[in-house]
Amino acid sequence: MEAALEKKYNFDVVRWFTIMAVVYLVVGALVGVYIASELAWPDLNFNIPYISFGRLRPVHTNAVIFAFGGCTLMAAAFYTVQRTCGVRLWSDKMAWFVFWGWNAIILAAVITLPLGFTQSKEYAELEWPIDILIAVVWLAFSFNFIMTVAIRKTSHIYVSNWFFMGMMLMITYLHVVNSLAIPVGVLKSYSIFAGVHDAMIQWWWGHNAVGFYLTAGFLGIMYYFVPKQANRPVYSYRLSVIHFWALMFGYVWLGAHHLQYTALPDWTGSLGAAVSIAMIIPSWGGAVNGMMTLSGAWDKLRTDYVLRFLVIAMAFYAMSTFEGPVMSLKTVNALSHYTDWTIGHVHSGALGWVAGISIGALYHLMTRLFHTEMWSEKLVNVHFWTATIGTVIYIVAMWVSGIMQGLMWRAYDEYGTLAYTFVESVDAMHPYYAMRAIGGAIFLAGAAIMLFNVLKTVAKSMSQGSLAKARALAASA
Amino acid sequence: MAESTSSKGFQDWMERNLWGLLIVLAIALSVGGIVEIVPLFYLENTFPAKEKFPEIVWEKAGKEAIVTVDENGKEQWNWKPGDGIRPYTALELAGRDVYQREGCYLCHSQMIRPFRNEKERYGHYSLASESIFDHPFQWGSKRTGPDIARVGGKYSDEWHRDHLRAPRSVVPESVMPNFPWLDHAMVEGATMQRHMEGMKIIGVPYSDVDIEVAPKLVDGKTEMDAMVAYLQVLGTMAKLNEDVVYRE
Repeated sequence: MEAALEKKYNFDVVRWFTIMAVVYLVVGALVGVYIASELAWPDLNFNIPYISFGRLRPVHTNAVIFAFGGCTLMAAAFYTVQRTCGVRLWSDKMAWFVFWGWNAIILAAVITLPLGFTQSKEYAELEWPIDILIAVVWLAFSFNFIMTVAIRKTSHIYVSNWFFMGMMLMITYLHVVNSLAIPVGVLKSYSIFAGVHDAMIQWWWGHNAVGFYLTAGFLGIMYYFVPKQANRPVYSYRLSVIHFWALMFGYVWLGAHHLQYTALPDWTGSLGAAVSIAMIIPSWGGAVNGMMTLSGAWDKLRTDYVLRFLVIAMAFYAMSTFEGPVMSLKTVNALSHYTDWTIGHVHSGALGWVAGISIGALYHLMTRLFHTEMWSEKLVNVHFWTATIGTVIYIVAMWVSGIMQGLMWRAYDEYGTLAYTFVESVDAMHPYYAMRAIGGAIFLAGAAIMLFNVLKTVAKSMSQGSLAKARALAASA
Repeated sequence: MAESTSSKGFQDWMERNLWGLLIVLAIALSVGGIVEIVPLFYLENTFPAKEKFPEIVWEKAGKEAIVTVDENGKEQWNWKPGDGIRPYTALELAGRDVYQREGCYLCHSQMIRPFRNEKERYGHYSLASESIFDHPFQWGSKRTGPDIARVGGKYSDEWHRDHLRAPRSVVPESVMPNFPWLDHAMVEGATMQRHMEGMKIIGVPYSDVDIEVAPKLVDGKTEMDAMVAYLQVLGTMAKLNEDVVYRE
């Protein structure tokens, strides 16, 4: 049955996005491990400008968010929209333009960021010509997706597609407004906003890059791939409606909680924190909805390694969407802000949730798109454990170091003077920075195993002629 | 599941009507940003009131040159530390460009929070008025290194040079990268004029003279000199009084 779909749908572009996603996972994690090691052992900066921490850090964030996350999203969105709408992509040409355009952007990022061309806005570092290219490619991606939904064969639009479209609209808003800048050179510009305004707009972007790109988009993935892999319908339709609208309306407000106790007016931060707390409800509703989709099929976790990835991802989603609102509270934020706790929180979301759900979806896609089983199921299981253990080591290291930093900075001795100099807190971080690098390296090892397994699977599909057979079958059908 | 699994009413309409769904979505997605961002441009209490605290922002910015250079290359300053927040000079801006390029903001914040321990460690809490000319803002989000909003004047120029070249030569526990290449790159006057003209278009009050003297100010200066000039001005522009409540 899958074979017949080869003719009906455009799976070629999905295949390429899938493979590239796995490649970028390895690249992004590798750079991550390297910069983590630079913080533990600063000699690794080697006095070379192009690999110094400040220039490589945006390479890491852009590689994991936009290269790995982006390719995963585009693979999953183009696959899901065709399967759930029962039609081929509206335009094959446009889909290929998106593929090559997005990869060209990634290449441009890998070249310009180490050279020091940056707007210095976190997760929006790329300079203005690349920003324009991002806007064009993103709009092409969104337009092609929306037009595919428009020509659908089904009467109703499936829930995954709501989430994908919410992401597309919001990211368009955010990218355009946050990137408004005055060019003063071919690769140099200044944000048109300054100070407090720029800060609020940056974190409106920053948090919603998390909320829409890394959450809504990947919830779109969850709502398609979890039911498919578990072979069970989504647990509750009503919960998905609540989850969707509450998330779309509410997430936008959260950015202000990144600026508690700064020169941003208090009311803005308080509002951000209040809505953050309220967001626990839809987030947990969504996590429960995903988890409970397995009800009656929990035994599959024993044998289905791909399902394990999806389930652990939802557990991390629930955990980090509880942790986030807690950290947005002023009293907690007073301690956690500026510390490694934030880094730990981000990675429980990024490694646990986003990477987990992505990896699950990518393994699912591999078998469907190459019409064969994974080359090694055992290695999928090895990957599952390395990813999980690596993530847990990483998060625990950052929790401890973050809370310790926060406490050291505010500690007083019996004479009422500050108990520690700043550099004592830097020194105290060393073992945790080393531990973080080890956790990251374990996660990276898993990613490398995945890439190996994926390439072996492609080779297997080629040598068995699975894909060719499927195409021939589809053509004759 | 016993509950209904099909949509009803408005939700049902949206699920069948793509364009309707997109319009409702676009509205729902706009509210939060509009409520939290737009008022910041209009509400007066976003910044300490100008009438009440005229000392924070340098009122002559844009009308008078910050610094001029005579034929003998001697600098004449119309502004002195404590006169108030002003745009960066060509040399300081060049340093700020380097600060952005090297990703310094990823490990150093420039935003002191109103806590006792931060006051004792870093100085007076930061005010919104202090970053009005910061395109983009450099508040940062992480303190792998200390806050540097008020680092200006705390260390000598020589200390900064040593520290930037090899941080562990002066702070053994530091994890900061070395930046030896700053000594070998020169600042270009024409580039800085272009950067300042760009800033002027988006509202930074540079006088014509400020831009005119840029090549003289940066003549023969390295990126290291620029970086030190930038670091040394941080937090020194406005004189804040401990007994005054600037933020309500």
